[in-house]
Amino acid sequence: MEEKYIKHRYDPIIPSKNEWPVVKLARERKEFVKKVAELAEARILGLTGKNPDILKEELETTLYREKLRVKQNPWAVDPDDENEFWNEVKNSLLQTNNDTTLDRERRFLAYQGLLHRITSRYAEEIASNFKASHYKFTRSIVTYGFARLLNAARVKGIKSIFSTQYTLQDKIQITGQTDQIRDLATKGTIVMVPTHFSNLDSVLIGWIISVLGMPPFIYGAGLNLFNISIFAYFMNALGAYKVDRRKKNLMYLETLKTYSKEAIQFGCHSLFFPGGTRSRSGMIESRLKLGLLSTAIEAQRANFQNGLNDISGKVFIVPVTINYHFVLEAPGLIQEHLSTTGQERYYKENDEFSTSYKISKFLFKFFTKGSDISVSIGRAMDVLGNYVDEDGDSLDKRGRRIDTRDYFISEGKVTIDQQREEEYTNMLGKRIVEEFHIINRVFSSHLVAFVAFELIRQKNNKLDIFDLIRLPEEEISIPYEEFRDACQMVLDRIFELKSQGKIDAAPHLKRGIDEIISHGIDNVGMYHAKHPLVRDKQGNIATEDMSLLYFYHNRLHGYGLEKLF
Amino acid sequence: MALKNSFKSKKVGVVGVGSFGTAIANMLAEKNEVVVFARKEEVVEEINTVHTVSGRELNPAIRATVDPSELCRHCDILFFMIPSTGFLEVVRNFAPFLYPYHIIIHGTKGLALNLGESESLETVQKLKRSQVLTMSEVIMQETVAIRVGCLAGPNISKELILGNPAATVVASKYNEVILEGQRLLRSERFQVYGNSDIIGVELSGVLKNIIAIASGALAGLGLGENAKGLLISRGMVEMVHLSKALGGSVQSVMGLAGIGDLVTTCNSVDSRNFTVGFRLAKGETLDQILATMDEVAEGVNTVRIVDAFIKTAGIRAPITENLHRVLFEDLPISDALQFLMKYPFSVDVDFV
Repeated sequence: MEEKYIKHRYDPIIPSKNEWPVVKLARERKEFVKKVAELAEARILGLTGKNPDILKEELETTLYREKLRVKQNPWAVDPDDENEFWNEVKNSLLQTNNDTTLDRERRFLAYQGLLHRITSRYAEEIASNFKASHYKFTRSIVTYGFARLLNAARVKGIKSIFSTQYTLQDKIQITGQTDQIRDLATKGTIVMVPTHFSNLDSVLIGWIISVLGMPPFIYGAGLNLFNISIFAYFMNALGAYKVDRRKKNLMYLETLKTYSKEAIQFGCHSLFFPGGTRSRSGMIESRLKLGLLSTAIEAQRANFQNGLNDISGKVFIVPVTINYHFVLEAPGLIQEHLSTTGQERYYKENDEFSTSYKISKFLFKFFTKGSDISVSIGRAMDVLGNYVDEDGDSLDKRGRRIDTRDYFISEGKVTIDQQREEEYTNMLGKRIVEEFHIINRVFSSHLVAFVAFELIRQKNNKLDIFDLIRLPEEEISIPYEEFRDACQMVLDRIFELKSQGKIDAAPHLKRGIDEIISHGIDNVGMYHAKHPLVRDKQGNIATEDMSLLYFYHNRLHGYGLEKLF
Repeated sequence: MALKNSFKSKKVGVVGVGSFGTAIANMLAEKNEVVVFARKEEVVEEINTVHTVSGRELNPAIRATVDPSELCRHCDILFFMIPSTGFLEVVRNFAPFLYPYHIIIHGTKGLALNLGESESLETVQKLKRSQVLTMSEVIMQETVAIRVGCLAGPNISKELILGNPAATVVASKYNEVILEGQRLLRSERFQVYGNSDIIGVELSGVLKNIIAIASGALAGLGLGENAKGLLISRGMVEMVHLSKALGGSVQSVMGLAGIGDLVTTCNSVDSRNFTVGFRLAKGETLDQILATMDEVAEGVNTVRIVDAFIKTAGIRAPITENLHRVLFEDLPISDALQFLMKYPFSVDVDFV
């Protein structure tokens, strides 16, 4: 088979784990949390212009929302004293409001005291609980345990469970700029930005990072994942800090951003899922959540302000795409997408990752049947989206070296200009989306799903997407010949785009077209109860679930390929 | 010492010394040290010795150079004041010397094409939005500078030179650029507004040139003020739709750079675009007119590009379409007028 990936053993770039930034951060956790709380407090005070009335209003809004959340949407992971804490805040707030003996100055101080308590609580909650020993244990569980499973499934015989013929790297291929990211990780600070399709991504990326010999990255994981014990353990071990999407108040968001910015400045490599949450539609994220991304730009500017002008203070953005044949949560995700984009009636979300049992079942299936995953590491960029060379210097479009610091300069000095940095964040977001499309790796399953859906759409060109999804599946049948020709046409276009450096393709797409099609149909969403694509008795192409077909089709959205039809 | 340093602030650069470039350079020179760039040695010589450029007076403090690198080295802020036809070439000459700290504000009311080496407007089947560039998009594409802004508004050079009261819009995505533009240009006689919709402001300045040609034609035919009022209001509606299709906002067309500039240009016998229309109506051909004009009438090129774009985008813009037929397809002006009068405009305002 032509699918020979080089199975590389990467040495750790920092052998002593005491030198790992994330370990250093864990050692200084207490001081760090305190610093984050104080800086967040200062930021919020800055935003309120030190006006006691505005600050009071913000406190009241936060209190109101938090009380509502505690009442209406409690989670298992929430601390027991949640209610107590917010009641105390309420009482102190009332007391200050009603105390007529306080002058403006003292009232302000009282509000500030409350703010301090809130940001401290948030900072403590957000901070990660990384323990190097847990990390090592988790890592070996993942690698060793998975390898056993894999060999048990693939190598027949009783002794197979101890065979080392297959390792995880046979299942998960890492391609792209691996040497560059390893090298830059020793010199500067990396912010990795992967696409996000599945809850498995965080564990997967954590494993990739360790295979590449890099110290763990810290990343923001949805607090909801900490509800599930098996995930909570993994997340903590992998250096996750917690992001609570229920809390949308200013104070929480500012604390979160401060945490991320300070951690980057501390030298911790970070991981953001810039899409914010898993892609509901199956499309590559096109609109990124810019909140955390802006902290990378802020941290870079702060480093320049502090005189860290060499590579040690440089922040590198590395886009990563994760390519699957199969996304376990696909049915739930696409239903959610369809119900939010419009017309389908409300659909009760069915979170397939809700129990540890289901996850284990999935993992077993994953390792016992062939479904490959590939992870493409993109070229590193500076925080403005310029590529960097081997020394970490930024290059402009013509390959001239430029200094990232120049972007933050006004009248000869590095200045803070929030509005400017917002625009820079937008630009960086656009560049990341461009890079996602460039390094995206097409699988046979993406191709067949795309072609099948587009053919069905073409035949029903009067229907909008919601009517298309509701087409009775048993009436859909595409003659194989027609399907084959269309696949060839799209494939040719993909290779044309690839030669222009606009997309990447998996090696299995070099096979004959019939082989590609059967490989694709076998693999596309292979473990779903209903298959997105099947061949019927006559050999024609049919589907058992239009929504799922749409989901897998969307992976090739954004390349103008639909214009071929 | 600190005081001395703060006085020694950087110079301001102006690229191009046409009528508008000269007017802006003089206004900038009231408060700042100004260096101008000209391509021809003899022009630089003229500025540095007798302080004039093609007969127009220049503030004696202004220095000139032919060297782009010198200008970029001495100035953090550059004003690009060159016609759209030469814009790309000049920007490319400057690109190697520009860095991300440079701020660029341009005053060019034209469009450029972003086509492959072998393509031209005649050979491409379709003209997509990505193939049409505003001048700020040219700068962003060709250089590493991203803090880019534009100047637009009713700014007839002659009147600016006389010191008559006027105003302009500085548009940029960056507040910093707007504030710098205001700081440098604002005076007792010159008001400076800010707008964050740079594309919309650029398009307003560009599209109004089309209407200006039509207005000149009406004047040449001696059709009077009712006709002009009709043209200006329908022209504005057309500008709104075209600007929206090209990525600008409605609000910007309503502002100084849109309506303000439109009314001024449609009434100005000094406007080159107006003159083109006027002479067409008097029976001259486009070639004859262009041969005797020393500075470019941006509107002619704009009509060609916008006409190609609307055909691709499938939108209707009757004034532009008919002007295109008059300019390039030998349609008699009276027929175009007939066509417009019969065009089924049913709704007066359909965009707010």
